[in-house]
Amino acid sequence: MAVLTEEQSMLRDAAKSWVQEKSPVTAFRKMRDSGAELGYDAAAWNEMAEMGWAGVIIPEEYGGSNFGYLSLGLILEELGRTLTASPLLASGLAAASALILGGTDAQKSEWLPKIAEGTVIGALAIDEGAHHAPDRIATTFKDGKITGKKTFVLEGMAAGIIIVGGVGPDGAGLYLVRGDDKGVKRTRLSLADSRGAANIEFNGAAAEPLSGGAALIEKVLDRARAGVAAEMLGSALQAFETTLDYLKVRVQFGQVIGSFQALQHRAAKMFTDLELSRSAVEAALAAIDADSPDTPELVSLAKAKMGDTFHLVSNEMVQMHGGIGMTDAHDAGFYLKRARAAEAAFGNQAFHRDRYARIQGY
Amino acid sequence: MADFGGTDLEAFRTEAREWIAANFPASLKGKPNPMAVEERMKPDADQEAWRKAMGAKGWGTPTWPKQYGGGGLEPAQARIVQSEINRAGAYNPIGGMGVMMFGPTLLEYGTEAQKQEHIPPIVKGELQWCQGFSEPGAGSDLASLSTKAVDKGDHFEIDGSKIWTSGAQWADWCFCLVRTDTSKKHEGISFVLFTMRQPGVEVRPIPLIAGSSPFCETFFTSARAEKKDLVGPLNGGWTIAKRLLQHERSGLTGAGGGLGGGGKPLEQLAKDYVGVDEQGRIADSDLRTRLVTNAINWRAFQQTAMRAMMESKGNSGPSSATSIMKNAGTQLIQERQEMTLEIMGHQGLGWEGEDFTADELGAVRGWLFGKAFTIFGGSQEVQSNIVSKRILGLPDLTQNH
Repeated sequence: MAVLTEEQSMLRDAAKSWVQEKSPVTAFRKMRDSGAELGYDAAAWNEMAEMGWAGVIIPEEYGGSNFGYLSLGLILEELGRTLTASPLLASGLAAASALILGGTDAQKSEWLPKIAEGTVIGALAIDEGAHHAPDRIATTFKDGKITGKKTFVLEGMAAGIIIVGGVGPDGAGLYLVRGDDKGVKRTRLSLADSRGAANIEFNGAAAEPLSGGAALIEKVLDRARAGVAAEMLGSALQAFETTLDYLKVRVQFGQVIGSFQALQHRAAKMFTDLELSRSAVEAALAAIDADSPDTPELVSLAKAKMGDTFHLVSNEMVQMHGGIGMTDAHDAGFYLKRARAAEAAFGNQAFHRDRYARIQGY
Repeated sequence: MADFGGTDLEAFRTEAREWIAANFPASLKGKPNPMAVEERMKPDADQEAWRKAMGAKGWGTPTWPKQYGGGGLEPAQARIVQSEINRAGAYNPIGGMGVMMFGPTLLEYGTEAQKQEHIPPIVKGELQWCQGFSEPGAGSDLASLSTKAVDKGDHFEIDGSKIWTSGAQWADWCFCLVRTDTSKKHEGISFVLFTMRQPGVEVRPIPLIAGSSPFCETFFTSARAEKKDLVGPLNGGWTIAKRLLQHERSGLTGAGGGLGGGGKPLEQLAKDYVGVDEQGRIADSDLRTRLVTNAINWRAFQQTAMRAMMESKGNSGPSSATSIMKNAGTQLIQERQEMTLEIMGHQGLGWEGEDFTADELGAVRGWLFGKAFTIFGGSQEVQSNIVSKRILGLPDLTQNH
């Protein structure tokens, strides 16, 4: 755990106690079983917004608290522990970042306060195929209108505004599209992790450019990547702790299975990777807050490392629980499914390893 | 203690810089630390002068208490001394196992008289210490050691042998684990000190797979340890030994240094030996993937070392993260050593001779010596046992740590 300020400690403690009381994994299960169209519980989102979490990175003049990305990461980590589904990442982090970094005063004034109070959900639409490839965007912007097909848009069904990656006369950039534009056609995706996502077609939808071009896309993506990595850290930690608890109580051959060295050493390996991952995630968030020039490499490092670790831990969670871990009644499957979806979001390990190497010049 | 703010630290930096400029002999600039060279030569006059100056100042052991000759500095000041030493192209001439392991342990567990006697010569670099822990029959299961010490009234008589006593051939003194009660395992071990310059001590260097090495086998035949040199209570040596091993492990992996690195970055080496594609990427994409995976883990490891340091600020002694750090760090270094040879190809197979560069020959020896990293100082498996038991709270079937 990073050395926190008093504000950050309070924020984390508040998130921790709210998540434990109001949003345990059973809440996620209930949401999934209800087949919630949006992929999250709107009442829970309202409570989160009331606590100010949707505005943590938003400047005070636009209704936020301006506590920064490390602070928001602490909340995402706690939410990740119980797989709490919410638009916080897509809206309060990704879309908010795009507006803060690239919006005009008018755009900021119109949308940031609503995002901060949680009454409008923002989404970020970049990918167009099966893989994250932000440097190969085919969506076009011409004469104030945007046309193209976007895939795997997180919270795409709930979005009141969509920040869309497109290529205009001056190259690639981000564009703001209203969700209620008649040129926007959404298809809800039913995903293994039960979270909200959509494919969205833009057929000449009215769009306003944000300033910053291709560099803005990368900056916003790096913030989203670090945010999802923070959420993954919480999920992976909980998956590990739940598994560790099980190793201490499950008895076979007359002893708890946690006394077997074959399992102990795998547990030690997971713990080690979690420690390394925490360092990487916190360093990436801190770099964003400091606007450090090595942010891109630190973010790719964090997303790649965290992806490997969550993958390892969620697979071991199922394996070490044995048969019970295969049942839908157990939580292990939720973590396994979430790990896959989170890996794919904003670039998987292969994408970020390649990016890290390129930045390093090899 | 005083709270050193930025201004005080800058003033201290100036002081350190000026002192080093005035005392570090220009002839030694950029030269390797004689402590780090495998074949120990008799130090020349300038090397001796630098050791004496540093020893008198106490800055070779910057955070040790002043009353025993140490620098008495805050950790932040100690880091400044180190960075100023680096900046001047100098080295810290005070080192060895006395500094890394034994001194910190004695400061914690020794009596006032023991500290007064043994700490100042370490601070001044006058006496070198070696570690009598492992035995042929007691490696990972260290507490099964059998070298015995018999009470002879005013002294202990020691019989048995130790192995992997690195630097024993140069050492003046030994800190040693001995069995003083055969009816118990951990509670029958004592921690004693004795001079290596006595008839009952015989040292034989051990050649390793990498060639000559600092490791020795050491035999004791009616060797003598004075009663006053028993550290801690009789049969209470295991607690002290565990603490000392923590210092050893943190020394091995402290800031990711100590165990390797140096020379060209591996990625640059790969570009030079393997070549690049039209986009400037390492031409062997399989190798490139493994290199970047290792690089990411290595940087996360360094970030963790930094985080552990920040978190334990104000906490003295190594943190519980130490056990994780040794396994994580040593495995990554071994991977890098393997990849170095892979990158060098046939040039990474040379044992000696003019057909290979010094870096190539060094890579082969380094690869081989590196196999020791996951064995000594608590093997990888022992480290995993420690993490399982102490940190994760899993049951201990070995009853050993």
